[in-house]
Amino acid sequence: MYLTAGNGLLVIILGLPVLAGIAGTILPAFGYLPALGGFRPTMAHLAELAGQPHLLRSVLVALAAGLITTFAALAIVGTFIAGFAGTPIFARVHHLVSPLLAVPHAAAAFALAFLIAPSGLLLRLVSPELTGFTRPPDWLLPNDPLALSMIAGLVTKEVPFLFLVTLAGLPQLPLRRARHLMAALGYGRLSGFLISLWPTLYRQVRLPVFAVLVYSVSVVDVAMILGPQLPATLPVRIAHWAADQDLRMRFLASAGALLQLFVVFVAIGAWLVLERLGKLALTFLTRAGTRMRRDILPRAVSGLAMAGCAAIIFSGLGALFIWSVAGLWPFPKALPGTITAKIWLRTLPQISEPLLTTVALALSASALALVIAISLLHRNGRGGNAASYKLLYLPLIVPEISFVFGLQILAISIGFTPAFPSVLAVHLLFVLPYALLSLSAPWREFDPRFEQIAAGLGKMPLRVLLTIRLPLLFRACLTAFAVGFSVSVSLYLPTLLIGAGRLTTITTEAVALSAGGDRRVIGVYALVQAALPFLAFLVASVAPQLLFRNRRAMRM
Amino acid sequence: MQAVDDPMPLTLADVTIRLAERTLLSVSATVMPGEVLTVMGPSGSGKSTLLAFAGGFLDPAFRASGRILIGDRDLTEVAANERRAGILFQDPLLFPHLSVGGNIVFAIPQTVKGHKMRRQLAEQALEQVGLAGFFDRDPETLSGGQKARVALQRTLVSGPRYLLLDEPFSKLDTALRQQTRALVFSKAKAAGVPIILVTHDGADAEAAGGRVIEIGSETEA
Repeated sequence: MYLTAGNGLLVIILGLPVLAGIAGTILPAFGYLPALGGFRPTMAHLAELAGQPHLLRSVLVALAAGLITTFAALAIVGTFIAGFAGTPIFARVHHLVSPLLAVPHAAAAFALAFLIAPSGLLLRLVSPELTGFTRPPDWLLPNDPLALSMIAGLVTKEVPFLFLVTLAGLPQLPLRRARHLMAALGYGRLSGFLISLWPTLYRQVRLPVFAVLVYSVSVVDVAMILGPQLPATLPVRIAHWAADQDLRMRFLASAGALLQLFVVFVAIGAWLVLERLGKLALTFLTRAGTRMRRDILPRAVSGLAMAGCAAIIFSGLGALFIWSVAGLWPFPKALPGTITAKIWLRTLPQISEPLLTTVALALSASALALVIAISLLHRNGRGGNAASYKLLYLPLIVPEISFVFGLQILAISIGFTPAFPSVLAVHLLFVLPYALLSLSAPWREFDPRFEQIAAGLGKMPLRVLLTIRLPLLFRACLTAFAVGFSVSVSLYLPTLLIGAGRLTTITTEAVALSAGGDRRVIGVYALVQAALPFLAFLVASVAPQLLFRNRRAMRM
Repeated sequence: MQAVDDPMPLTLADVTIRLAERTLLSVSATVMPGEVLTVMGPSGSGKSTLLAFAGGFLDPAFRASGRILIGDRDLTEVAANERRAGILFQDPLLFPHLSVGGNIVFAIPQTVKGHKMRRQLAEQALEQVGLAGFFDRDPETLSGGQKARVALQRTLVSGPRYLLLDEPFSKLDTALRQQTRALVFSKAKAAGVPIILVTHDGADAEAAGGRVIEIGSETEA
């Protein structure tokens, strides 16, 4: 109803770069890239792409892994919420899972890798007693050709994300009444929830689900750490071509990025079909009146899976730490024989520069995003409804490799050298949506009467914003800032492609090490990467306590 | 202290508020300085939207026609922060990030200059309602009655042109309610500005002692 100026601004900030990026991807795929001497439209680059060895396998593995990840994560979260919403276990698992959202994808992937590798912690714990292994078995783990470890890594990260976005939609449902009604009709918890509440809930989380799907089909960093190699998944191969020293490879990368766009379309199409099938199944279930009173097994499985995600990441981070301080640690030993700070002391000096870049990028991107988010929300006022923020998902629904790569091409074409401002700009594209999403709920829930009183006292709108609304939303602002900070810290591909190797962060360094790097050094990098968002959230929760220590109502 | 530049009557001229096609209320009245106009109606009758209209913050979902005037001046198109409408809600809504005194200082017009002067005024205002020495307290540590008194003084020190009271006593318990009601009406009348009170409590209307307009649900179309 209100297409306000604020939304116009959002179109410019988020929409334009995405569209420009896609254009920058598609044109070179057909040979048009004047900066590199491509003037005539040609199909040669697409043909070259088609001739790449095992291309079909790369495509299919990426596609299947993305679909399976999304389905599994949604099934776990859906079953868990259906089975436990409103119970004490639910609150406990909520506390357990929420911090996982802050763990960067790459760090979580390393954590899993350090657990499941043939010489990883899990096998050490049971060897040689149970397995008889005295040396690491010759398993292709992680990086198994079926991408199972990659799927597991993605699921552990997407479950907390989907869980938290679903939680946001839960209060709008008549949970208690529906539960009582369905129980009175003799339905089990799961089937009762599925039939009465799930369709509404799913409609609310549909966009985030698509974001998960697109992300999982197009993921690069997790795929590099956990995914199959020879051939790697399509996004990984595109990233290699795009970062190749030989600029002529950009044409091939463009063709690949175009193919990736197509793969994402196929994935979305497949998901739409799955949605239809799910709807049919649910209709069937409803008409048949299936009560499913004995649903303890699926409920228990979903609960274990939720807790398992937390267990995997936390114990994996623990394994990373042990590795980073391990001296000599021969295989079947569960713990290293000696502990040493040598690796940390040796690695910290070389980490300091990328660390500084990471923090500077994350601070400025999230500060900018917060200012933009506040001004957008302020301008939209009460007219800004949830629907007008759908645009926010645009950078999350378009595969990043397809448009960030295009932006890189555009930067090359204009002769723009990679530097801090351009990397910051592309970080902002990803940070802003999350910061805005995080802030918009508390912004809307704010009691408008505070502002009405202040206006009645004769204060101008800007003054009311600065002296009343923002201080009262201080905690929410800091949380949005921390969310933005952790998104920026975890960004791999945008940093790699736009920074063109000249601007390195903890994340690009850590992922680069994944190919044959020293495990002890990887441990240091991954821990530092994981620690940054935690610090941000720590500040966000402690600062209001300190600042408002004399104001009881502000410390909640 | 809460002297207003020449109190003037408040006029609601043919004010009609609609939600979608439904007419919530139609009111025409002039309230003299120091007079209380009580608008009574059950919850959902739209009586709070009348105050929102008068205060200048009506939700865009509602459609309003008619005018609001203070003296001869038409305020209908004037922004909320330029109307100087003092509002008291059901909840005291003290700003939780400021001290008790900070809440009052915030309300003192900017024409009063000087940190010391403003603080002094605020301390006086607190003293008048038996809250001397409360300046640095956390509002959250106050009792319900104390909060209500701070909220009242916060409104009055701003020098409002008119007062809008939105069931300000409904959340207080019976004894406290009478006490607070007496205090609010005596101070509000002493301020000599027109007052509109909306309530569903007959005792409020009685204590206000002015004209009463009853609005029902879904009356005049």
